[in-house]
Amino acid sequence: MNHNKRNIMLTLAALVVLFGLACFVQAEVDSYIRRIVNLCLIYAIIGLSMNVTNGFAGQFSLGQAGFMAIGAYMVGIFTVPVELRADVFYAIPMNPHLVNVYMPLWMALILGGVLAAGIAGLIGTPVLRLRGDYLAIATLGFSEIIRIIITNATSITNGALGIKNIPPLNDVRYIFLATAISYVLITLLLNSSYGRAFKAIREDEIAAEAMGINLFYHKNLAFMVSAFFAGIGGGLYGALLGTVDPKNFLFTLTYNFLLIIVLGGMGSVTGSMFGAIIVTAGLEYLRVFDEPLELMGVAIPLFRPGLRMVVFSILLMICVLFWRHGIMGTNELTWEKIIHFVKHPLAGFRKKGVQGK
Amino acid sequence: MLKVRDLVVAYGGIEALKGISIDVPEGQIVTLIGANGAGKSTLLRTIMGLEKPRSGSVEYNEENLKGLNSQHIVTRGITLVPEGRRVFPNLTVLENLRIGAYLRKDEDGILKDIQRIYELFPRLEERNWQMAGTLSGGEQQMLALGRALMCRPKLIMMDEPSLGLAPLVIKEIFNIIRRINESGTTVLLVEQNANMALKVAHHAYVLETGRIKMEGSGRELLENEEIKEAYLGKKKK
Repeated sequence: MNHNKRNIMLTLAALVVLFGLACFVQAEVDSYIRRIVNLCLIYAIIGLSMNVTNGFAGQFSLGQAGFMAIGAYMVGIFTVPVELRADVFYAIPMNPHLVNVYMPLWMALILGGVLAAGIAGLIGTPVLRLRGDYLAIATLGFSEIIRIIITNATSITNGALGIKNIPPLNDVRYIFLATAISYVLITLLLNSSYGRAFKAIREDEIAAEAMGINLFYHKNLAFMVSAFFAGIGGGLYGALLGTVDPKNFLFTLTYNFLLIIVLGGMGSVTGSMFGAIIVTAGLEYLRVFDEPLELMGVAIPLFRPGLRMVVFSILLMICVLFWRHGIMGTNELTWEKIIHFVKHPLAGFRKKGVQGK
Repeated sequence: MLKVRDLVVAYGGIEALKGISIDVPEGQIVTLIGANGAGKSTLLRTIMGLEKPRSGSVEYNEENLKGLNSQHIVTRGITLVPEGRRVFPNLTVLENLRIGAYLRKDEDGILKDIQRIYELFPRLEERNWQMAGTLSGGEQQMLALGRALMCRPKLIMMDEPSLGLAPLVIKEIFNIIRRINESGTTVLLVEQNANMALKVAHHAYVLETGRIKMEGSGRELLENEEIKEAYLGKKKK
């Protein structure tokens, strides 16, 4: 148990160092990079949340965009300053019960998470009886229903016009803290006996049931936890953009996160973190391909807006073909592995036979 | 200990069990033998609460188990080693054992029991950190048994523990079943390997297309001419 204590200390130390880094980014780095870092952090929360249902509990759910929308709209509805609301809701005035209700960002975030989890609980009761593809289709459908309800509840959500004038959140430290808290909470949950039950359900439902694991309860729990953090992430996303719009939360948004968890490794918390960074930063840095390129005086016709996505898709295909379990698979980057690597940096290259026992 | 009375279980319109009554007395090994599709696994799954019976009753220590979820049945001390082992392939041996103790909260007792299971199956201790999916068939069966023992069952039900294993390994598994029984656990064993099963059983039932065709002590059935012909592959003289 000595090792456990050491790992906790090391994790705390790492969080402090990373927080220091976040402060540095906030103070010294230009706003473009800062924005990418913020997006990475927010995508990490949502990727993690999606990994809880898809990677750990093994339920293929595609409802993340809907839960994000709930979180984002809670932030949109409650954090716009009261005096600016008439400008935002210029077509149809805001519901009189809500027009004077203001909340600080953190409260709106938690409210969004709780509401998303509550709706996930309601949806989950009928939907989690389905398996595999059927579950994916049903959750995808529900996420669209949420979006359409939002589009049509005009007096609350301003409908298709979206909500503008959300006080923009451009603070790396704030978003970093939210990510760190989500990471710690999700890791604690997954390392508890609940996490073990999730994995058992993923591996073999019948055997899990025979061990006395209540399938329905645990699937629903995973689904609700996932929706909670997706709501938080969605809220931060809305606050980062400064505006929410139903079109932001099309079902295609969910695929970004599916990509993150597949690339990072289904069933790996640290994998989702890496996946979020690679996908978000990768999409930004591939922008070179979107700009026209002249080689020896000849303009290469391929280099035009859109090529970036082609290149990115090809990279992904290569990754999925040759690296099927993603970067981490179901493994975690643990302190033991890091320490081992620091002590024996070449061990991985040696033949297995040389390593001995 | 366990009393099944006139149990009828149907999948859609087809009755898999057509009114079955068996008794499992405490401390014994009771075996059910029968061909494919006789309803052996269905019976175990129904006792476990994984299938709902159409009629009839299952009583355990004078308590009717009807309508209970499998988690409540596990807490009462009944456990199932499912057919085809069904270990959790991408989890380590240790994690598999811990999931077996899922409904228990006594951390000290769990650690002690893991130690006890490693004594019973030294091969599992060597493979503590290995993924269960990488074990051989026999080791997986041992793990499935160990996992079931982790919830400290009073009645352990096994569905074809010899399935797909080499003869020597089957022998080892049956020795372990005997040891589990000697340590005080009642065993309900479902088998196609009638020869081995009848040798260890105190009492045996022969199941044929959803009905009990015959019953008796293990030795009686071993010497029965009909059984010899139908299940043990010996010709009538």
